Amino acid sequence: MTDLFAARTQMALSLGFHIVFAEIGIAMPLMMVLAEWRYRETGDPVLLQLAKRWAKGSAILFAVGAVSGTVLSFELGLLWPKFMAFAGPIIGLPFSLEGFAFFTEAIFLGVYLYGWDRISPRAHLVAGAIVAASGAASAIFVVMVNAWMNTPTGVTMRNGAIAGVDPIAGMLNPSTFQQALHMLLASYAATGLAVAGIHAALLRRKPDVAFHRRALTLALAVGAPAAILQPLSGDISARTVAQWQPVKLASLEGQFETERGAPLRIGGLPDVAAQRTRFALEIPHGLSLLAFHSPSAEVRGLTAFPRDTWPPVVPVHLGFQLMVGLGTAMALVSGWALAVMLRKRELSERSRLLLALAIITPFGFVATEAGWTVTEVGRQPWVVQGLLRTSEAVTPMPGLVVPMLLFALLYLGLAAIVAALIASLVRETA
Amino acid sequence: MSALWASVGLSEVVAGIMVLALNAYVLMGGADYGGGVWDLLATGSRRDRQRELISSSIAPIWEANHVWLIVVVVMLFTAFPAAFSTLGIILHVPITLMLVGIVLRGSAFVFRSYGRANRASQRRWGRTFSIASTVTPILLGIIVGALSSGNVGNAAGRVGAGSFRDVFVAPWTTAYAIAVGLFALALFAYLAAVYLAVAASDVELREDFRKRALAAAIVVFAAAMAALYFARSAAPLVIFGLTGAPWAAVLHVCTAFAAIVAVVALWRRRYRGARIAVAAQVSFILWGWAFAQYPFIVPSTLTIDAAAAPRITLELLLAGLAGGAAILIPSLRYLFRTFATAAE
Repeated sequence: MTDLFAARTQMALSLGFHIVFAEIGIAMPLMMVLAEWRYRETGDPVLLQLAKRWAKGSAILFAVGAVSGTVLSFELGLLWPKFMAFAGPIIGLPFSLEGFAFFTEAIFLGVYLYGWDRISPRAHLVAGAIVAASGAASAIFVVMVNAWMNTPTGVTMRNGAIAGVDPIAGMLNPSTFQQALHMLLASYAATGLAVAGIHAALLRRKPDVAFHRRALTLALAVGAPAAILQPLSGDISARTVAQWQPVKLASLEGQFETERGAPLRIGGLPDVAAQRTRFALEIPHGLSLLAFHSPSAEVRGLTAFPRDTWPPVVPVHLGFQLMVGLGTAMALVSGWALAVMLRKRELSERSRLLLALAIITPFGFVATEAGWTVTEVGRQPWVVQGLLRTSEAVTPMPGLVVPMLLFALLYLGLAAIVAALIASLVRETA
Repeated sequence: MSALWASVGLSEVVAGIMVLALNAYVLMGGADYGGGVWDLLATGSRRDRQRELISSSIAPIWEANHVWLIVVVVMLFTAFPAAFSTLGIILHVPITLMLVGIVLRGSAFVFRSYGRANRASQRRWGRTFSIASTVTPILLGIIVGALSSGNVGNAAGRVGAGSFRDVFVAPWTTAYAIAVGLFALALFAYLAAVYLAVAASDVELREDFRKRALAAAIVVFAAAMAALYFARSAAPLVIFGLTGAPWAAVLHVCTAFAAIVAVVALWRRRYRGARIAVAAQVSFILWGWAFAQYPFIVPSTLTIDAAAAPRITLELLLAGLAGGAAILIPSLRYLFRTFATAAE
């Protein structure tokens, strides 16, 4: 294993681990504060129990998210010192703002978790709302950094070095809005539907437990609308990629040749040597229509670009297909569930809907990992699109396979422990 | 002194705020590590009650306290990217080990708080928490020691030329760096013992932590002497700063005064006074190091000015910090007020 590949693997592991906790850290506080708010409105003690249970889950997951996020902030320098020396003056600003949002989140999570008997009910609810809002704000600021890596604006280059920076322009780069929206919706959809799925599975066994019924309704209220909106946000993202990162678009669609009226490929396996994508279901003109909103628009294929600027095509294409497939399933099941809820029918009596919800429990997190793979691997060989190659950014320290294995073990262990803790938290009420 | 002020520009102001944030981390986050040390060293018939006090004191605030470290790191890579890059390359190994400590400390603490209530599981997480709390500050101190000795700056020039040992291990495995590591641990434990004496709600527990604080004061003194002894050959810049610089005498007087007041206040059971004095003592030590290596951010090769990001970044960072502080300071006040404890 080369040092570069070890560094990329360690970064991918760290981000892939952290992103799950980050998503839960964004959405779970919203659910907990909704449960408390409904409790204050209705006085239903089951809702209070639910708010406290979700607060407990938030506490565990937030702490692991906080420490794994700390690791990431250092890893930027441990693994990619030249990237940070290059990009620090631009991306540091959104990171600083994220730092303050995270600070606010940590402060008010402390107040929320330990303040049930120390502050007024109203102040307690407000503290919870601040946790939820600052979690969302952190996500927006962090995604700004990634958006800049995809579409770097606000830098003037001279002879391969940065000659001038405009950090505000960097923050407001062409991908910021789309990526932040996509990430926020992903957080609410993945977390909301995962929690809904767990309670749906439990309701199939014991349909009368009020705790699970309330939990299911509230989790769906957060997850289902987000899952339904996500395909729209995905469309906006794809059009931005088409405009600004044509190589990434060609990879994720498995489009090798430049053509007008390009088809949309569903599934399929790109064969890079033969420069074609096999076994895909092709919808004529679909890609031109989706990416440029015109059935005859020209889509540039991978062969239009130098071979040394192609990302690894197979994982990017497969990751994209997986994300879209899982997202579609989540949107459909969410639409079904919302239709039942809007007709004021009891969800817990719909056994097939409960089964569908139980099946899609992990879909959101798997889709997130797949989507993150698409955006990160799809940007290779660049760490900053068009400006700095990943191979130029890596640390000169040899032996990077050792820290990679160390963190792999650490994260594997933590994941197992957290899974066991959450499982026992769920069992307490089952 | 006048030369010092004449050279103060925007980058020095940002560097100063960064040291201030590090100061906040040491006083708050550092004491949380110190709490873990006293968890490890809990003894006697009140062992479980000592651990309960430690746990309940740090539970609501440790995550917020921890964020100060992230503020420091983010400020470092935003304002002084070249310095962050050098530290990340040369100190890869100790920083990685510190991160493992940070992860284990934080997760073990919540696993103990929220995990299964059985004794074996509690004891396992408690042990992980307290050991990680003890090891992490040593690594933090080693990093500071390696930096202030000038070894990091020297090694940066040998990347690609020197051996792995020479470039990536030797700079931080010196007697001086390890002495600074132990000094940091002693300071954090001292802070924690004094804070816990204030927080204790009954006389017996308070006496336990008073005795621990007095013992820690002695260890702090010994560790400081050891660090200074090794610094004579290993960290000439620090020694010059602490002896030759015009501000050195003022700093020594202030540090010594705070140290004496802290011990006297502890002796006379004036706990809140002791808390202020010990916090002042630790802060003077931290600023002493910062001033001693001025104008370098990575002694003796990279100055604050040379490492600084473009002016526009520094200005926006300052604006961001001002806005952030406007939200943060009242929020932190609210947090600490909400959980203010017995002696206040």
